[in-house]
Amino acid sequence: MTDPRFDVLVVGAGPAGLAAARRAAESGARVAVLDDNPTPGGQIWRARPEPARWLSGYQVILGARVIAAPAAGCLTVETLQADFEIGYRALILATGARERFLPFPGWTLPNVMGAGGLQALAKSGLPIAGKRIVVAGSGPLLLAVAGYLRGHGARVALIAEQTERAALLRFGASLAAHPGKLRQAVELRARLLGVPYLTGCWPVSAQGAERLESVTLRRGAKNWTEPCDYLACGFGLIPNTELAEMLGCRIGASGVAVDDDQRTSVPAIFSAGEATGIGGLDLALVEGEIAGYAAAGRTREASSRFALRQQHRRFATALEKAFALRDELRSLAAPETLVCRCEDVSYARIRACSGWREAKLHTRCGMGPCQGRVCGGAVEFLMGWRSESVRPPLYPARVESLARSGQDR
Amino acid sequence: MKLLVNGKPVEAPAGSMVSAAVALAGAWLYRRSVTGEPRGPLCGMGICFECRVTIGGKPHQRSCQIPCAEGMEVRTDE
Ligand SMILES: Cc1cc2nc3c(=O)[nH]c(=O)nc-3n(C[C@H](O)[C@H](O)[C@H](O)COP(=O)(O)OP(=O)(O)OC[C@H]3O[C@@H](n4cnc5c(N)ncnc54)[C@H](O)[C@@H]3O)c2cc1C
Ligand code: FES
Repeated sequence: MTDPRFDVLVVGAGPAGLAAARRAAESGARVAVLDDNPTPGGQIWRARPEPARWLSGYQVILGARVIAAPAAGCLTVETLQADFEIGYRALILATGARERFLPFPGWTLPNVMGAGGLQALAKSGLPIAGKRIVVAGSGPLLLAVAGYLRGHGARVALIAEQTERAALLRFGASLAAHPGKLRQAVELRARLLGVPYLTGCWPVSAQGAERLESVTLRRGAKNWTEPCDYLACGFGLIPNTELAEMLGCRIGASGVAVDDDQRTSVPAIFSAGEATGIGGLDLALVEGEIAGYAAAGRTREASSRFALRQQHRRFATALEKAFALRDELRSLAAPETLVCRCEDVSYARIRACSGWREAKLHTRCGMGPCQGRVCGGAVEFLMGWRSESVRPPLYPARVESLARSGQDR
Repeated sequence: MKLLVNGKPVEAPAGSMVSAAVALAGAWLYRRSVTGEPRGPLCGMGICFECRVTIGGKPHQRSCQIPCAEGMEVRTDE
């Protein structure tokens, strides 16, 4: 086994990971952070200046993804050029979340993208100025994305939010207990003046020959078609728990299960941020700080932030309730609609199976390069199945990386 | 930054990813699925693998995670 090169190793350079690394490094630990992205910041701080405030006192390794864990205290990491092993005494999993995608006829057409997905691509240089865009799905992310797109010259035709107005109003009232969030909401709404925000509305199909040309929406008894260049569509977020699962950590109902100190069920492994449950920026930051302090042995500093975390967790619970997905979305996919985009497996073929294991075996659903990261969230919602085992490699890896991670076993 | 996308020269702003260069070249089809359907980026964050293209002769590269570089040669639909 490799020597522990780092006292604390953090996977994920989003807000949670950066806060964890900063606090652990301040506590005197030798710290490194790894991320698959070529720049630090995770999802919300993509192409933003905020990460700079948190980047000091530790090593940052970018464009590097963890693909396997050949032994306790050791991870196999792959970059574009090479692969290597990295040792740790304590590990913090701050792997964040991804969007939940739900299949509907036409969702595989080019230019139908995630909501956060289109925003991320635009931040990476995809031209959106002058484009007509429909934003759809669920959650506060839709507003953030619409605000960003509009601010960068896109014509946002409308925002379709599947949840009902009544649930949103209750949520809005609960914001009074979180003045910071309320201010953000009001500012966002101001940036979106003139853009219809349709509640109880969702996409039923996307049309186009070789790429998206229009989307059909439903609201109440009414169906209509909107021409558009892009459809930005995501139905909330789901935690990235694959690495934690591979390491044997217990997964709870909302994500990686952790105790007060953000410790997982596996000794010396912590988790923080949206990998442990969806809660937004403030919760990710405070959880990261707690995990960083705790991993460096400073439990007093960690516990001084428990009350703040509790406050942000209450907000997360209200959020989850307000944006719960409606049953009608379960009938969006037609029998021939593809659910697994890697292996082109239709809804009808998946429905004919008795569970995940059979679906994987007989249809290869979830067995392609995304390894179920896209179809998994849909299958969970449509069928109620949860994938049970995660095996290395976590991503399709080069043959050399695999051979290497096997040698040390 | 100058790149070649399917032989066509494109100018990509500094800091952009290969996914953007493909769009700037006017292409929307990044790859074809196992049954031949046209596909383009979905997640923008490296997990869906729908944005795969060939970069400098290396196939199946996730264009949303790879920064543009001067003189890069990119091919879609391979
Ligand atoms: C696409 C998207 C866009 C979003 N945009 C916004 C927004 O505009 N506004 C807003 O308020 N909220 C947004 N959110 C919500 C956002 O997730 C949180 O607010 C916040 O970013 C959570 O921080 P985090 O540190 O927990 O995770 P993240 O910011 O998601 O960071 C996790 C990091 O871990 C890395 N990672 C994961 N697995 C591995 C691995 N195996 N190897 C190496 N690296 C790995 C990822 O590359 C990522 O950078 C967005 C979410 C998504 C999914
Ligand atoms: S768009 Fe999903 S991996 Fe690039």
